[in-house]
Amino acid sequence: MDHKLGTSRRHLLRMCSAGLWPAPPPKSKVVIARDPMLRSPAGSLLKLLDRAMQSFFDRNSPLEAWRRLVRPGEVVGLKVNCLAGKGASTSVALVEAICERLQQAGIPAKDIVIWDRLNADLESAGFRPTSARQRIRSMGNDELGYEDDLETFGSAASLLSRTLTQVCHAVINLPVLKDHGIVGVTMALKNLFGAIHNPNKYHLNAGDPYVADVNMFPPIRQKVRLTICEAITAQYEGGPSYMPQWTWPYNGLIVARDPVALDYTGWQIIERQRAAKGMKSLKALAREPRYIATAADPAHRLGTNAPLQIDRVEAP
Amino acid sequence: MNRRSFLKLAPFPCLGAETDAQFIVEAQFYEKLPYKKIKCKLCPRECVIDDRERGYCGVRENRGGVYYTLVHSRVCAFHVDPIEKKPFFHFLPGSLAYSLATAGCNVNCKMCQNWEISQVRPEQVRNIYLPPRKLAALAKQEDCASIAYTYSEPVIFFEYMLDAADAGHAAGVKSAVVTGGYVQEEPLKKLCQRVDAIKVDLKAFSQKFYTEVVNGELKPVLNALVTLRKLGMWTEIVYLVVPTLNDSEQEFKGLARWVKSELGVDVPLHFSRFHPMYLLKNLPPTPLETLERAKAAADAEGLHYVYIGNVPGHPAEKTYCPKCRRVVVDRVGFSVESNHLRKGKCRFCQQSIAGVWGT
Repeated sequence: MDHKLGTSRRHLLRMCSAGLWPAPPPKSKVVIARDPMLRSPAGSLLKLLDRAMQSFFDRNSPLEAWRRLVRPGEVVGLKVNCLAGKGASTSVALVEAICERLQQAGIPAKDIVIWDRLNADLESAGFRPTSARQRIRSMGNDELGYEDDLETFGSAASLLSRTLTQVCHAVINLPVLKDHGIVGVTMALKNLFGAIHNPNKYHLNAGDPYVADVNMFPPIRQKVRLTICEAITAQYEGGPSYMPQWTWPYNGLIVARDPVALDYTGWQIIERQRAAKGMKSLKALAREPRYIATAADPAHRLGTNAPLQIDRVEAP
Repeated sequence: MNRRSFLKLAPFPCLGAETDAQFIVEAQFYEKLPYKKIKCKLCPRECVIDDRERGYCGVRENRGGVYYTLVHSRVCAFHVDPIEKKPFFHFLPGSLAYSLATAGCNVNCKMCQNWEISQVRPEQVRNIYLPPRKLAALAKQEDCASIAYTYSEPVIFFEYMLDAADAGHAAGVKSAVVTGGYVQEEPLKKLCQRVDAIKVDLKAFSQKFYTEVVNGELKPVLNALVTLRKLGMWTEIVYLVVPTLNDSEQEFKGLARWVKSELGVDVPLHFSRFHPMYLLKNLPPTPLETLERAKAAADAEGLHYVYIGNVPGHPAEKTYCPKCRRVVVDRVGFSVESNHLRKGKCRFCQQSIAGVWGT
């Protein structure tokens, strides 16, 4: 054996003992917090959120967890998912809980922005659009419009929302756990279609590679810090529209920094529910969300979809 | 409307908010599906659209299981152009066309020169409210012989185009359509009953180009051209020659053979010069010799009217009589210098020249 080119057993042991051998890449942590009593009088969405955040950041108090995420002086955008209106959109209750904790963590109301594509969408989900300076703002992209220059990556070329590029320093992504009739599922990655001017162009081929490509745009990569996926009422068929007959009470929140790991985890939850209801898999229906794997490939590296690389944690 | 929006729109008093009912009309070609879904039947894409969602074009929306166009009378670009600019060379030469567009398109060509209006939703651009009768009156007032539906993709504002064509005819103004031809047969047939000329942008003669550059399909466009021919609609074809992507000898010859066999030798074929645009800024403008090679291939096949476009002053901008070879319509750029047609015939040899001449 040529020791100059390879590594001997002795050399390997020496390096490991000295702590010089490169550590394996850290796993992507995905926290699932559930509360079967959430809908009972004893249930509390704020407590569920606290459990999820404390577990994700491994902190003893919720405020410590939030302070790991945002800093006073930053404008924090909450990217909700509102197109489907009440029922299958990010709930006002969850957003209120997040805003409460953000303010306690030092982010004043004026520095919190709830945003999605259109004011009309926000309104239909129960968010009253307002751009009043001293309050929490709620605004669609139609308020400030889009940048003039295209962002491009791979097959995607889009103008980005000025709310993302010019207003927000940090973004917390707040999708909903649900099925999508064209691209399979819609969660962390797909929700960022709300940041571009032309999402209708990127549903071809079940969104692959477009969803992954859009998430490569630098302002999205740089500003989205965390995804809190609302899985209180989840939907396993008929999405993205609200179809109550295909919803089920999952009573949970899914939290991750890695959008790919979160989407993979959520997709598996939806597939299990579909199987339990005797429905075909998304693959059998030609709408497997292949964009999740694409987002993990070497050209994107947005996260991991490898089950062994995902540290799935059930929040205590 | 808040103060900021109002101030933005102040110079455009006709402008309405994006939900303004005056722009919204039920779409004509779609199928209702269970659970409030619909399938659009206007273009070959056949988008299946959930409630509150839009199709690929971005200008048609499902609202509670009913499909609507959001761009009826919602004009984002308008201009009085020479008809040669479309280009139509065999349709009312030397006349003016009241040219307009709404936002939206049903393809996404990487070389689009109007992507700022074609690749956006109507609420993302400034619009004016221009109802059909007012449009026809304006066209008449501006001494336009035709209304041209152009700049973006008129198929996606189909309902407005039909109503505008009717209003135009009532006012003595014809209608000319500039389209990618990506449309289903039934709506195309209906369109042909209402308009006077159609120019089809045939983007390439290979599915590869349509897949990689256009985000569409070639076959439906070829089918549309055959339908136009069968219906006797005056049709011209423009082929934008993009260096390295659709400029092979084989493609030029295949195209010319197909036009001759399926449409006939009298359909004008324009080979236009590409300029770097949108997502193809990395390519150079089309070399003149490539355009001349394309024309030579089509000439060799026996097509009567083969032009070179976007090269002002080139001899192939002129119309030559296929019999005596003399210039019957002399053009420089978009202007007609002289017209030697008399009732659609060559003044020199009496050969009929195919077209809609108006003289």
